[in-house]
Amino acid sequence: MTALLEVQGLDISFGGLTAVRGASLEVNRGETHCLVGESGCGKSVTALAMMGLLPGNAVRRAETLRFDGGDLRGLSEKEMSRLRGDRMAMIFQEPMTSLNPAYTVGSQMAEVMLRHRGGSRRAAMDRAAELLARVRITSPGMRLGQYPHQLSGGLRQRVMIAMALMCDPELLIADEPTTALDVTVQAQILRLLADLQKDLGLAILLITHDLGVVARTAHRVSVMYAGEVVESSPVRTLFSRPMHPYTRGLLSCVPVPGKIRPGEPLGSIPGMVPQVTERFEGCAFRQRCSLMRPDCAGPITRHRLGVDHAYLCQIPPEEMARS
Amino acid sequence: MTAPLIEVRGVGQQFRVRAGLLAKPKRVVAVDGVSLQLKAGDVLGVVGESGCGKSTLAKIILGLLEPTAGEVLIDGKRLASLDRKERARLIQPVFQDPFSSLNPRRRVRDVVSLPLVAQGGMSTPEVNRRVDEMLARVGLDPSMADRLPAHLSGGQRQRVAIARALVLRPRIVVCDEPTSALDVSVQAQILNLLAELRREFGLSYLFISHNLAVVEHVASEVAVMYLGRIVEQNQAAALFRDPRHPYTKALLASVLTPEPDLGLPETGLGDAMPDPANVPPGCRFHPRCPIAIERCSQEAPATQRNGPNLVECHLAAPA
Repeated sequence: MTALLEVQGLDISFGGLTAVRGASLEVNRGETHCLVGESGCGKSVTALAMMGLLPGNAVRRAETLRFDGGDLRGLSEKEMSRLRGDRMAMIFQEPMTSLNPAYTVGSQMAEVMLRHRGGSRRAAMDRAAELLARVRITSPGMRLGQYPHQLSGGLRQRVMIAMALMCDPELLIADEPTTALDVTVQAQILRLLADLQKDLGLAILLITHDLGVVARTAHRVSVMYAGEVVESSPVRTLFSRPMHPYTRGLLSCVPVPGKIRPGEPLGSIPGMVPQVTERFEGCAFRQRCSLMRPDCAGPITRHRLGVDHAYLCQIPPEEMARS
Repeated sequence: MTAPLIEVRGVGQQFRVRAGLLAKPKRVVAVDGVSLQLKAGDVLGVVGESGCGKSTLAKIILGLLEPTAGEVLIDGKRLASLDRKERARLIQPVFQDPFSSLNPRRRVRDVVSLPLVAQGGMSTPEVNRRVDEMLARVGLDPSMADRLPAHLSGGQRQRVAIARALVLRPRIVVCDEPTSALDVSVQAQILNLLAELRREFGLSYLFISHNLAVVEHVASEVAVMYLGRIVEQNQAAALFRDPRHPYTKALLASVLTPEPDLGLPETGLGDAMPDPANVPPGCRFHPRCPIAIERCSQEAPATQRNGPNLVECHLAAPA
């Protein structure tokens, strides 16, 4: 089976600074791929690059950037905008800033349909109402006539999801879709996404900083650090057998009931993320890594364990398993 | 028995809010009849969703907001009777967002020394000595003292906020979502620092957070708020092991711990989001409650107590 979205060797830079270096990932139909990392690691920029939404001063290079087998690299802005909102859709963290406050929910949703598929306004409104019901919004008819500010945060995010689904996309990119929401609402929204995925066979690329969200929603995970994918694996493997020292450090920082007793110190990662320029060489994590050795300043090996687990580090699996 | 460090007695806070120029003012009930105590050496966690009144409660306890009902006692003295200097020596805040809670035009040294200078009667070398000592203690390099907040990372700013809060050696620190704006690795550093400082300086914390995993890690006692009221309270270990109130249960079930085998929880909560401008009659949780019966929509449940466990629900009893 070929992946719906296929990225290899993605580089993105702004001026002299590198935001993403050689990132590769694949998203399959019916699968959620989580891209996890801390702020500034390049996860959002990676998502924007796939949607062709990078700001003008960004330089994007990629060895492979394919959607459903078609090369995205050479597409004009016009061709990209035909794909966006149609076959690939995106939702963001803060629905209030991505919804237009001056238009009703219904007219914003209908516009997506009219723009990509044409047809009558009437039919578009019917489709909007159908999707609001689909994302479990009660009395969708009334909601169509409301403005974004009249909705709670959870409802707005449901509207965003419904709007993203207007044209039956195959790929949904969700950038921190529940970060601004309360935990109870977060659980509801993530469940909704999982149900929709099952029904529609959606491929989801979910960007998050929250390892709890990753554990509960992902099929596959890619961990990003300073612009690189430092580890990628199926979700269970990542949590039971993390290999990269950064992944291990990140996991130890999260208070897990039962694993770390109350009051005991949490694990932490000393130091800060370095600024990475185009001439940067070696492992970007080495200054913070307790396992650093001299060859970490040179080219770094990507070790593979089986077919679907890889990590970017000088220390081979046998040695890492012992540390 | 010694008096509790903080005693909140039947505190309420209502605001009148106009929704539009011609609209009738609405009454917003942010906090309603809240009583709680913070004992010396304890960490009292206050949890709840946005709009539950937890930050309003923090502001009342800090003396930044005068409650419309009830009173607050700090170390046995009425908060309203304390002057600002006395209050500052007893209780200090650390807020969520170190990007907006630090004055962008003041250097770190000025930010941290301000509480000392405001107290008066201390020589400049003495002020500087204490500031340097505190900056070192929170893990900031001496070279940071002359920087502006804009030149610091989020974690460093939160360290500055902690240094400012502790420089007067208060007895209580009110932490309002102190790590919510930080990355997980930085959050862990700040939580570890707060725990060390508490032991070292004999501090007591009121720790407000929406992150239950964090509260479980730091708190000795936990109060769960819903639409302005404490609906359940218990010692932390007992509350997380044996939640009684259906809201506490839903809240705990919603926490996504990093355990991939557990999948996504079904909270059982509907879409009826809590709105402090429109508090439902009866039990205020009943529109979202998965087990509500008719009585719940008519009659407000009484507070039931059994030892440290408090529950407000018709259908649940304290442990």
